[in-house]
Amino acid sequence: MLWNTLLLALRSIRRNLMRSCLTILGIVIGVAAVITMVTLGNGATKSVADQISSMGSNLLMVLPGQRFGPGAVPGAPFRIADVDAVRHQITAARAVAPVVSKSATAVYQANNWATAVTGSSNEYFEAGNWEIASGRNFTEVEERSGKAVCVIGETVREKLFGRQNPVGSQIRIKQFSCEVIGLLRAKGQASMGQDQDDTVVMPLRTVQRRIAGNQDIGRMTISVKEGASIDTVKDQLSRLLRERRNIGDNEDDDFRVMDTRQIAEALTSTTKILTMLLGAVAAVSLLVGGIGIMNIMLVSVTERTREIGIRLAIGALEREVLLQFLIEAVVLSSLGGLVGIALATAASISLAGLMDIPYLFDLGINLLSFLFSAAIGVIFGYFPARRAAGLNPIDALRHE
Amino acid sequence: MSDAALIRMSGITKTYGSGNVAFQALRGIDLAIEAGDFVAIMGPSGSGKSTVMNILGCLDTPTSGSYEFEGIRVEQLTRNGRALLRRNYLGFVFQGFNLLARTTALENVELPLIYRGQPTAHRHAAARAALRQVGLEDWEHHTPGELSGGQQQRVAIARAIVTRPHVLLADEPTGNLDTRSSQDIMDLIQTLNHELGITVLMVTHEPDMAEYARRVIRFVDGRVESDRRNDGEGV
Repeated sequence: MLWNTLLLALRSIRRNLMRSCLTILGIVIGVAAVITMVTLGNGATKSVADQISSMGSNLLMVLPGQRFGPGAVPGAPFRIADVDAVRHQITAARAVAPVVSKSATAVYQANNWATAVTGSSNEYFEAGNWEIASGRNFTEVEERSGKAVCVIGETVREKLFGRQNPVGSQIRIKQFSCEVIGLLRAKGQASMGQDQDDTVVMPLRTVQRRIAGNQDIGRMTISVKEGASIDTVKDQLSRLLRERRNIGDNEDDDFRVMDTRQIAEALTSTTKILTMLLGAVAAVSLLVGGIGIMNIMLVSVTERTREIGIRLAIGALEREVLLQFLIEAVVLSSLGGLVGIALATAASISLAGLMDIPYLFDLGINLLSFLFSAAIGVIFGYFPARRAAGLNPIDALRHE
Repeated sequence: MSDAALIRMSGITKTYGSGNVAFQALRGIDLAIEAGDFVAIMGPSGSGKSTVMNILGCLDTPTSGSYEFEGIRVEQLTRNGRALLRRNYLGFVFQGFNLLARTTALENVELPLIYRGQPTAHRHAAARAALRQVGLEDWEHHTPGELSGGQQQRVAIARAIVTRPHVLLADEPTGNLDTRSSQDIMDLIQTLNHELGITVLMVTHEPDMAEYARRVIRFVDGRVESDRRNDGEGV
């Protein structure tokens, strides 16, 4: 009975090719959209996390204030004395770099380029694993006196100098001119369009005086010596800064010490939310696909009811008719689900390639969309048929 | 006349609706039909002739009364029991043909055999034989949309007889056909009755068509008004 019913179901799918294709199409689009969105989102999250962890596990970032967004506790920025104290008292610290970041436009002859200007010391290059490709880093005199010199990233060179060697040239930033003394080795495009090479680094004091106009230090980047315990260093840092910032025993920190894992978490939480949003939008398309299927099924219910009447009249049992319709619905929606998964896989792989993020196969979302589409197909294919098969054959035959 | 009738109905009534709007389509029908007979059921519209046909064909159930088919008490059968009775003993021809759309003549004809669970080779052979019997052996791959009304009705007849039913029930089989096709269809049905011995029950309102039958039963207002035999006809 099963074999014969399968034959009947497949024949019915084949002879109603248009209806079958439309049914499948709705599911294909919905499933493909959901899976592609979630897969790309996961890839982006992974990419951010990878990038952070490539900085090494021995990196600490110290920021004033607690938490971002609502409920944030403000904290005073650090001073150069804080940086010196950390340098002297945290013996496990290999490099302690004060960082001030400002956006500014760099100009060379007719070219100008909006970029991020970072004020720091030579330790910034050490902590961030930057290499000088040509030229040199800052001298002690330049750092102390806040001379107008800068080391630029590959992207800034390309935008301002083209293929020319920039070392020794003068560029203009804000209202002052600044000598390019070095060029950083390219690190390459990071995820989500964030370009690590789009940077200009100057001595801390230069940025403080000429761009920021104050003595604030936005954050500290600290690399910890090989073999030292990150947690111990975090504890020491915390104790030192609490003491320097006069925080009482029962008060909360007004600064944050984050290791690589925590930085990664802070950054990936954004892409995770985006993934959920995109997934939700795509889920709407899956729902619309489901409504499309419902429409097609309901429109064809008159014809199908008469067909059921014919089948009952020539001796089909109610359960045989129902089984046929169930198989039809399952075959169509599974086929739609499988084509959707295939399409999503192809789209995800090629889009991930374009966006320079890894492709991650997510079994959960594939399974979930497949089951959802199958459920829609079965519900809307099977239940109208069940009503029709319960009629007296003559009433089904006369259905208008 | 044999005393073991193929079909025996007694006191069959059928009421549609209930209360004030109730409509009594059949008001107590007693009927016996012998195997091999060709019976025409006539009457004006609303006389209950189609209703009695549907009950005879187990497509509908009576409100009361008893119906015996080859000794089987039909009113005691379940839905599935009636479906199996249709599958094994009955063949239907409708006024509106009721073929499956976009389905070839061959597939339409072999459909009842699929429900009987017959193997593919046998199904195809039997369906082709039935199509040959109705003169459509060259049209087996055509769908109903590509066939004339007369041809569609022949496909429907082939589908009805492919299972070698004991009884062929035809509800206004020529109602949608022109005179020429109608005569062809009636000749075909008569041949099936004479040569294969299939009992034929046919509803019609055309006296010309009733002429082909051996026995004519007239219905008026849900009752049998007259019951006569066309002696000397067709032989």
